[in-house]
Amino acid sequence: MSSKEKDPHSGTDTTGHVWDGIKELNTPLPRWWLVVFYATIVWAFAYWIFMPAWPTLSGYTHGLLDHSQRADVATAINELKAQRHAHESELGRASLQQIQNDPDLQQFAMAEGRSLFGDNCAPCHGSGGQGALGYPNLNDDVWLWGGKLEDIQHTITVGVRSTNADARQSQMPAFGHDKILKDSQIDDLTEYVVAISGRVANAVAVRRASKLFADNCAACHGAKGLGDRAMGAPNLTDTDWLYGSTRAEIRNQIWNGHGGVMPTWSGRLTPEEIKSLAVYVHSLGGGE
Amino acid sequence: MVTMDRIAPVEGAAATDEGSYRIDVRATNSAAARKSYKAREAIYPKLVHGMYRRVKWIVMMLTLAIYYYTPWIRWDRGPGSPGQAVLVDLARERFYFFFIEIWPQEIYYITGLLILSAVALFLITALFGRLWCGYSCPQTVWTDLFIWVENLIEGDRSSRIRLAAQAWDAEKIFKRVLKHSVWLLIALATGGAWVFYFADAPALVQQFAHGHAPAIAWLSVGFLTFTTYSLGGLMREQVCTYMCPWPRIQAAMTDNEALSVTYRRDRGEPRGPHKKGLPWTATSHCIDCHQCVAACPMGIDIRDGTQLECINCALCIDACDDIMDKVGLPRGLIAYDTEANVERRLRGEPSHFRFIRPRTILYSAILLLVGAIMLYTLWARFSIGIDVLKDRNPEFVLQSNGAVLNGYSVKVLNHADRARTFFLTVSGGKFAAIRVIGVPNTVGPVPIQVEPDRVRALRVLLTTAKTDLKPRNQEIEFQILDPGTHESVETESVFTSGKN
Repeated sequence: MSSKEKDPHSGTDTTGHVWDGIKELNTPLPRWWLVVFYATIVWAFAYWIFMPAWPTLSGYTHGLLDHSQRADVATAINELKAQRHAHESELGRASLQQIQNDPDLQQFAMAEGRSLFGDNCAPCHGSGGQGALGYPNLNDDVWLWGGKLEDIQHTITVGVRSTNADARQSQMPAFGHDKILKDSQIDDLTEYVVAISGRVANAVAVRRASKLFADNCAACHGAKGLGDRAMGAPNLTDTDWLYGSTRAEIRNQIWNGHGGVMPTWSGRLTPEEIKSLAVYVHSLGGGE
Repeated sequence: MVTMDRIAPVEGAAATDEGSYRIDVRATNSAAARKSYKAREAIYPKLVHGMYRRVKWIVMMLTLAIYYYTPWIRWDRGPGSPGQAVLVDLARERFYFFFIEIWPQEIYYITGLLILSAVALFLITALFGRLWCGYSCPQTVWTDLFIWVENLIEGDRSSRIRLAAQAWDAEKIFKRVLKHSVWLLIALATGGAWVFYFADAPALVQQFAHGHAPAIAWLSVGFLTFTTYSLGGLMREQVCTYMCPWPRIQAAMTDNEALSVTYRRDRGEPRGPHKKGLPWTATSHCIDCHQCVAACPMGIDIRDGTQLECINCALCIDACDDIMDKVGLPRGLIAYDTEANVERRLRGEPSHFRFIRPRTILYSAILLLVGAIMLYTLWARFSIGIDVLKDRNPEFVLQSNGAVLNGYSVKVLNHADRARTFFLTVSGGKFAAIRVIGVPNTVGPVPIQVEPDRVRALRVLLTTAKTDLKPRNQEIEFQILDPGTHESVETESVFTSGKN
């Protein structure tokens, strides 16, 4: 150790530290840097005092400001609700047709409907409402329970084969599984359905199945297989197939009698939200 | 105050009359004095009088007047639209500039304006050097204003130096507190004026007066007050030298033929004291009086040549001309001149200016081109617009009768300040139906009502019968027409048939 001195070359003070004759110059940090450093320390203590900072055994220190991000989110949601209130109450008053014809209200309903659809409907019906095997396509003009605004609103409200007492109800028998019909009869019926949908089929089997169809199917699907919306029974003569169009798929459906379930949305969504959804789904392309 | 500097001539110069103009000052920021790290040394620019100082006062008043007055110009745009001539309306996403109204999707006008400004700056620099830096840059204007305030309160250069060295007595405290208060007031006014460009000025003033202006307004005022005070009052020449990129860029923009504040060393050197009564020669006109150094707000010695720190404010020209008048020599020992001319004269050639050079021609051409494009687009801008986005999910929808439906999100823009009914048509395919959700079905063009100054989002559904389907994608065109003005715009899209 030697004492502090002025370095003759640089004119700077030394720190007094010497190793093997090498002296360390005292070149402190720029003052502004040091000030910022101290300011951050002060900031840290201030943060502890004002903001939630330390965990305790049963919770945490709340700080003088008692700041909470959860509360912020709740406030933001309430603000959003208040912001939308005017439009929402207007949605409640207006009829579905009025909503559709008022550009302003329609834009609001479409925006809300799109986001609700993404959150609630897309898992089954697809993000664009394009459907999947067993889940109806909402873009086309084929509707099991009707494609008018009010029909769509009602289907969303009560659901299909759901827990709602007013749910859209119907059940196709599982003709094979429950041994109502024999295997050969189901084969013949399959040919019959292929034939009425305008495709080439085994004429002998079709003839054999015509009485079978009248006895077992026509009650719901109609004598000509055109379907019945009151029963949610699909039209069997068009190009649209909920459970597939191949012989194997048609046979499988007659055997098992699948019937999809759509939950009831009343109670989960507000009537205004269901209106928005109905307007949105109606606009996808198939609305009547 | 002005004469105080002349009291103490430099040692050894007392015998000469011209020497009495000399003051003891060194250029704090000259290259020779520059170290890699050095704390800032204060600069005490001496107040000068002369032509350039007057021009700078005028430019300062003009630019400040424009800045403070512009938000208060009213401009009637009819009901429902803001009545302020220049307004950046962030909430409603509009930029208003007198008769021009720019929507967010027209941000390219701002881009064009920035390109124009940049090229104009290049051109001006190539022709006249750092005219922008010396006269109209906000940093220069506000620093000049702050130095003027300093001069009023603390006196000229020598008084300020004395005050700085003085102990903290009542006089110093009073003057310093007064100076910083005035600075802060100016800064507050500057920050205050800025926010008026972003909200209706008279309404915002009332909100400020009643104390319930939006938090962002208070924050903006606070931040701009802070930056104005610290950049213009405290940091001054350091902003130009260390923070601004322009000194570096200008090195590439300027050349030997660009006008800049130049010490005519061909006439001034060798510099030194001149004994009164002795005849003057054609050279050696610089009596080394250092008045140019004392006047410099950047703390440099212009006689060292063109340098990064020099903002071309020309105050040294005024200072030198003053001395030249007094010693009876022609003005212009320091003047707007070019480095090339100095070299020409040193070689014995006559000096001349070359304003037409490859780079000035290039800059002018770019400037004209971009300006013309901007003017054309602004002039030919439609007051209507259409955007079409085709559904991708699903790309097409097969109907029960074999027809195919495609969905489109269409936005129709009405730039005009009145509600209008447009006609929408789609061409390029044979469509069994063109449906617009929310608009009753009609035969032929679909009437679309759009509110003034609004965008209307529509959902358009096109259906092609099974027999009319063409393989793959079909090019189609959406057209929107104003039957009143016959304005129309088209945009292309495709119809997907789903057939291969």
